[in-house]
Amino acid sequence: MTTPLLSVQNLSVAFNCRQKVVDCINFLINPGETFALVGESGSGKSITALSVLRLLPDSARMSADSITLNGDNLLAHSELDLCEIRGRRIGLIFQDPMSSLNPVMTVGRQIAEVLESHFSLPKAAVRERVLELMRQVEIPNPEQRINDYPHQFSGGQRQRVMIAIALAGRPELLIADEPTTSLDVTIQAQILVLLKNIQKQTGMALWLISHDLALVSTLADRVAVMQQGKIVETGALPDFFEQPKHPYTQKLLQALPSMQSCLAHQPREAPPLLKVDDFRCYYPIRKGLFKRVVDYVRAVDGVSFTIPRGKTLALVGESGCGKTTLGKALLNLIPGGAGRVLLDGVDFGQLRGEALRQKRADMQIVFQDPFSSMNPRMLVGDIVAEGIRALHPGTGADARREKVRQLLEQVGLPADAAERYPHEFSGGQRQRICIARALAVDPKLIVCDEPTSALDVSVQAQIIELLKTLQREKNVSYLFITHDLAVVAEIADEVAVMYRGRIVEHGDVKQVLMEPRHDYTRKLLAAAPVLEVS
Amino acid sequence: MIVLWTDALIFLLIAIMIGLGFYMRGKEHFRRPFRQIAASRSGMVSLTVLLFFVLVGVLDSIHFKASGDDGYDVISVLDYWAAPLRRQGEKTYSAPFAAFGYGKEMITLDGGATRWDYPRLKYGGAHLADPERQLAGDVLKKAAYGLFQGASLCAFFLLMLWGIFAARQKRFLYGSAPAKSALAVGFGIVTAGYMLCYLSSYYHVLGTDKVGEDVFYQTIKSIRTGLVIGTLTTLIMLPMAILFGILAGFFQGWIDDVIQYVYTTLNSIPGVLLIAASILMVQVYMANHEEAFTSVVVRADMRLLFLCMILGVTSWTGLCRLLRAETLKLREMEYVKAAEALGVKQGAILARHILPNVMHIVLISVVLDFSALVLAEAVLSYINIGVDPTTYSWGNMINGARLEMAREPVVWWSLAAAFVFMFILVLAANLFADVVQDAFDPRRSGNVSSE
Repeated sequence: MTTPLLSVQNLSVAFNCRQKVVDCINFLINPGETFALVGESGSGKSITALSVLRLLPDSARMSADSITLNGDNLLAHSELDLCEIRGRRIGLIFQDPMSSLNPVMTVGRQIAEVLESHFSLPKAAVRERVLELMRQVEIPNPEQRINDYPHQFSGGQRQRVMIAIALAGRPELLIADEPTTSLDVTIQAQILVLLKNIQKQTGMALWLISHDLALVSTLADRVAVMQQGKIVETGALPDFFEQPKHPYTQKLLQALPSMQSCLAHQPREAPPLLKVDDFRCYYPIRKGLFKRVVDYVRAVDGVSFTIPRGKTLALVGESGCGKTTLGKALLNLIPGGAGRVLLDGVDFGQLRGEALRQKRADMQIVFQDPFSSMNPRMLVGDIVAEGIRALHPGTGADARREKVRQLLEQVGLPADAAERYPHEFSGGQRQRICIARALAVDPKLIVCDEPTSALDVSVQAQIIELLKTLQREKNVSYLFITHDLAVVAEIADEVAVMYRGRIVEHGDVKQVLMEPRHDYTRKLLAAAPVLEVS
Repeated sequence: MIVLWTDALIFLLIAIMIGLGFYMRGKEHFRRPFRQIAASRSGMVSLTVLLFFVLVGVLDSIHFKASGDDGYDVISVLDYWAAPLRRQGEKTYSAPFAAFGYGKEMITLDGGATRWDYPRLKYGGAHLADPERQLAGDVLKKAAYGLFQGASLCAFFLLMLWGIFAARQKRFLYGSAPAKSALAVGFGIVTAGYMLCYLSSYYHVLGTDKVGEDVFYQTIKSIRTGLVIGTLTTLIMLPMAILFGILAGFFQGWIDDVIQYVYTTLNSIPGVLLIAASILMVQVYMANHEEAFTSVVVRADMRLLFLCMILGVTSWTGLCRLLRAETLKLREMEYVKAAEALGVKQGAILARHILPNVMHIVLISVVLDFSALVLAEAVLSYINIGVDPTTYSWGNMINGARLEMAREPVVWWSLAAAFVFMFILVLAANLFADVVQDAFDPRRSGNVSSE
């Protein structure tokens, strides 16, 4: 048995006299291995990483029996010594590549900064090493790009720069905190391959922190599952996913949406509800003194589809493909939409002003972020009742209250929820409130704009189940916008794949996911990390 | 009882504050920051100090017609209580706690002969037979006596309140350090205030000014002017800032252009020039309509009100800009989009979704602006375009005292008194503003609404 690279014993972290967020956890990371710490949001996995580097916020109190890096007790080091270890012996990659780079420094300088603070190298050698690092993370033309600023790089390339910065100190351990969560699937696949390659070249250990079990299953050697501050199960792959022992792990694996679920789907005929014909959303680019329109950003570029009554059309695509713009423009929530949007024979594209307001009830929307989609200053009851009040002003106060009570019951919330504020609820519960708000005006179609992507896996499964149940009961149609193909398999009847403002493939869910015709669909499917649980 | 314009607005302001208090009592998102303020020691102490200033200001805002022999036509409750201070004027300058005048003059002796010497003051230390020997001892004795009386009076009231308080309030006072500090500061202010009042009936505690008026009285009277400028200006500025800021941010397009144009233009006119011009205008107006402004007090009040208005008109742009930016951010929030999708009318969206979510900015900027305005008054009065010269204000006191700074020996007490009182008020307001800002800023920890 080799000596472990990092060993943590009895680590606890608590914030100001509240409950412990990390509760007496023990784990080891062996040299050269990939260790994955998996857990839902709020389980304390990021805090664990930060406490090893002692980067916790001031209000946190941490205690541990020992934290050793290669036999070196980190707890015994002063803050000054620890600066030598951070970036030099332990590298760190954060989740959001957009905000973790300094926008006013060239990427070359940012990589060089690490080199200069840890090694005393002559200027030319620093430059040489920066170029080498950029080559290592596979940034094309490093000689030209070394003087570029972060905004000139795409999201995936920025994450590569972040990895280069983390590698600059030649660390023994690289901590990657949700390194691909904010990236598209195809980019995510590339970054994962890159991390694997670099690990192979340098022999460093990789500590991967993630909520995504499927991703972890493709990369990790050993996995630890964290729940409410405790590590409930540790095990080596592949056994781990085949024979999970702890009930929480089993629950997590069961909640994972599965691609196979679409196999059971039976296409049924239904009359069309929404007919969208050649829908476009152009935004003018203006230039010059008189703001002449020189060109257009074609966010949505001639899209046509129909949604049958009581069915779900999933709109799949990567970020920036125009799927959210399409959803919002269909509801006239953003300007610039043009084309025919026929809902039950009424052309929404032609409606304006009061006529549009009256027809709003037919089409509703549920947003991605359950935190920003409710007014924090309003009671939940008032939030749900808002649509009734606006569109059916004749409803009496008692009738309204009764309707709100029914709606909350339908979405599985306690009756006293109406008297509370949104911040008292968890993410999943808030999403339920948003669904209740949309249902309050009896819509025929609900546009679901990534309703589950901000939620944990187990909550996601519940919300999907709720949406399906409501569809059966109320015969409402969904336009389900998402980037997650496994979720599509769970809920959709039909799938439309969107790429650069156009729909490139449209068909039955089984056909699109199992026998894709378009190259782009195939690429998407290949990139998605898949974990199939027997 | 006579209600001057500014009095009416002060009462209106108090009514609004009480109304808002009742409105906020039921709202959890307001109660939380207020609890945070109540748990902060500097917040509670500065609030106590502010409350004493407000108390004096309110007492000075209840005006009534004086009885014939008073010499003034309209006086306030404070004037009535401070009648001895007001009436016991000397001939000219005298130092704090002096028994003799500040300058030598010809004194006519009993026998008709004259002598060139420091004259005995008419009121200050008049009860002493031999001031030169007795003065220091008498001041100390009277101060100690006043202090003792004040303290025992305070203690008596506290004991009475202790009997009235329910167990819950007792526990609050007993258990919380901020409440105890606030109580201690209140105790100190009342005791010291009582001592000063007691001493004032024997001496001029802060001396007298050029025309022999008691400086302590002037300083106390200036509190109301400072408060009026600080609060009424905000009252006038708020509706404009909120309305224009929110409209510009929400509707964009030509409405935004017009509002932005107006405030950019207004911002680029030098404020002092605008204020000077409008003060001249109101003076001309009052000269032309003499029959409506018969009393000196009414005229001075009119000028004060006008100063508030013009300060309000020139100072709404900053808050307006902040609110516009915040509204721009809020209107893209998903809950606003959701309301739009639900067919909620734009007016209702503004009132229900935008306004409540910018109120914390309004609150913070009101408290911050307050101290800036009190200081602005001093500066404007110093260059003679502030309040009426007959209005008591710290700016006027400083303005009056500035020429005497060159005199030997220097007359320092007017300046010092104005400075100290203004400093205490502004410091308390600033400390309170800090606490309010921390409590209401959603980005600070403790009240993150998206947790």
